[in-house]
Amino acid sequence: MARKVSTRRKAVNTGIAWTVGLLIFFPILWTVLTSFKTEAQAIADPPIWFNFHWTLENYVTVQERSNYFRHFWNSVVISVGSTLIGLAIAVPAAWAMAFVPGKRTKDLLMWMLSTKMLPPVGVLVPIYLLFQRFGLLDTQVGLIIVLTLINLPIIVWMLYTYFREIPVDILEAARMDGAGLKDEVISVLLPMAVPGMASTVLLNIILAWNEAFWTLNLTAAKAAPLTAFIASYSSPEGLFYAKLSAASTMAIAPILIMGWFSQKQLVRGLTFGAVK
Amino acid sequence: MTFTIRAGLMACAASALVASAASGETITIATVNNGDMIRMQGLTDDFTKSHPDIELEWVTLEENVLRQRVTQDVATKGGQFDVMTIGTYEVPIWSKQGWLLPLTDMPDGYDADDLLPAIAGGLTTDGELYAAPFYGESSMVMYRKDLMEKAGLEMPDAPTWDEIKEAAAAMTDKDGEIYGICLRGKAGWGENMAFLTAMANSYGAKWFDMDWNAQFDSPEWKATLTDYLDLMNNYGPPGASSNGFNENLALFQQGKCGMWIDATVAASFVTNPTDSTVADKVGFALAPDKGLGKRGNWLWAWNLGIPAGTEKEDAAKAFVAWATSKQYTELVAANEGWANVPPGTRTSLYENQEYLDAAPFAKMTLESIQAADPQNPTVDEVPYVGVQFVAIPEFQGIGTAVGQQFSAALAGQVTADEALANAQALTSREMKRSGYQD
Repeated sequence: MARKVSTRRKAVNTGIAWTVGLLIFFPILWTVLTSFKTEAQAIADPPIWFNFHWTLENYVTVQERSNYFRHFWNSVVISVGSTLIGLAIAVPAAWAMAFVPGKRTKDLLMWMLSTKMLPPVGVLVPIYLLFQRFGLLDTQVGLIIVLTLINLPIIVWMLYTYFREIPVDILEAARMDGAGLKDEVISVLLPMAVPGMASTVLLNIILAWNEAFWTLNLTAAKAAPLTAFIASYSSPEGLFYAKLSAASTMAIAPILIMGWFSQKQLVRGLTFGAVK
Repeated sequence: MTFTIRAGLMACAASALVASAASGETITIATVNNGDMIRMQGLTDDFTKSHPDIELEWVTLEENVLRQRVTQDVATKGGQFDVMTIGTYEVPIWSKQGWLLPLTDMPDGYDADDLLPAIAGGLTTDGELYAAPFYGESSMVMYRKDLMEKAGLEMPDAPTWDEIKEAAAAMTDKDGEIYGICLRGKAGWGENMAFLTAMANSYGAKWFDMDWNAQFDSPEWKATLTDYLDLMNNYGPPGASSNGFNENLALFQQGKCGMWIDATVAASFVTNPTDSTVADKVGFALAPDKGLGKRGNWLWAWNLGIPAGTEKEDAAKAFVAWATSKQYTELVAANEGWANVPPGTRTSLYENQEYLDAAPFAKMTLESIQAADPQNPTVDEVPYVGVQFVAIPEFQGIGTAVGQQFSAALAGQVTADEALANAQALTSREMKRSGYQD
């Protein structure tokens, strides 16, 4: 039965939710606003909110100076590629851990997660040398490999959580009807886990899209994604905030639009199994 | 789902193949996002026209990221870059490590003798030039002529620190948000320590004695830091401990600083009427001194070097020669005017009347550069090279740690004495650990 909530309480809750939402969204809003200002307006004190002469000059400059589409394509290939390969490895792993758990499954999961606790800079030099040895520096393949590896624990964990919510009896029934392992996973398990899979895919694409440490350190000109594109607009001598904001807006726009259209799946997947 | 995965993998593989097939006689140039560098990128058609067999790839990065990336690459012989933009700090260290190719046989007409001796000296190891200067800078006093006039003062061409203090006091009007002096306070070896090390030189202070003992317990350092804190606390802007070049530039351009002592390259920004509200009111003077024969100005140049690991030495050398030649200067002048040519590298530029007419700060820039001596940076003899830095690999770490102490003193978190004592302790510890002392 639904709980009765007073109108006043509803108003307070709504107010809090909007405040938190706006606080979280404010840096993005400010970046977008700054991207339409001149450099002098961008650093004005007190800050100028909306009352300025809007200009597209920064976007024109960024377009002239950088090959946006090459960076964009690199971001797409690297984030989608690493997510798909990660998924191909993580689905069987999560299936095994969820439905055929061993004595050490929990320890194994914890160990996988613990690799995320290592500061990336701690392994930068060995990875850099390995990449150099195998000719992977500044290649999309190299970045797909490294991003697959660093995001794999999260994919496995998320899929494991979703798979655990699926009653094992359904899989057993499928088996009794003569389904092989492949049919069981592809025709029975995955369709039931679609919301969870969708949110895993989306979250990993977002993580890979925004990853800046490895993408900056392991690329130069050919495989540099949008993170490197943003980094190129920071300047030690001279004003750069407006141009940097334009570059940032262009870099986050695709992922923001994707997140906007898929927010239903994202929220559904992230809250999947949260309430029992 | 299977189809999606397959299609995705095929797309990745195809894209990777395209990327790897696109290589050839392409040189990759790592650079910083400075106005002069960006201008060079816009003019590269001139280079590719005369060198149709060479293609250029640019990697533009923020200064600190660039420094880390190129150091990593050159130290591991990664070969990702064929031309690197490096500072005056890196050149002597890297050339001694054998990480850079000497620029001995530059093309005919390059005229290496035309390079300013003060700049070329910092890029030369054992008589050989290891990087070609793209633009050079020193530091100087930029001041508001109108505020000085209002205060009834006149700025000498070569002021002393006492005169700077007097002018700062006279120009400060905190209620009107005008601060007599704006100086760097943000912690970092290339931030506040660039300014403070140069200032310390003019006070006769030094980082190390001839046996590499740290010298922060000397009266000269105490006088330097005390005067700096006195100036900034009484006449500086609020929150100065987080101000670097760009923050002070913004303050000065908005008319909130009476004086600003910083890089000579700032002169073109503060006199640009598009961004600066005080463009027609700025005067220039040499960095101050204390009457000890050394001025508090630094010396820096962004240079183009060729890493020893490159397989495209000839193409890289052709590009470096083009970008740092006299002809390139003329190309910029023809396209963007004389005021926009990269300054501070060639003697001939300062003999060119067209440039002198277009850049009112040219004379002061040249005099500032000539007043700095990286081989003898301070009053006493020292075992190191570098005006506002010490050209040893450990300096980046030590310089930033000391900078944090001095920035904390400016923020009022520690006293000047505590900051100096901490600086002394940490520098001594690091030098011992690095094997400079037994």
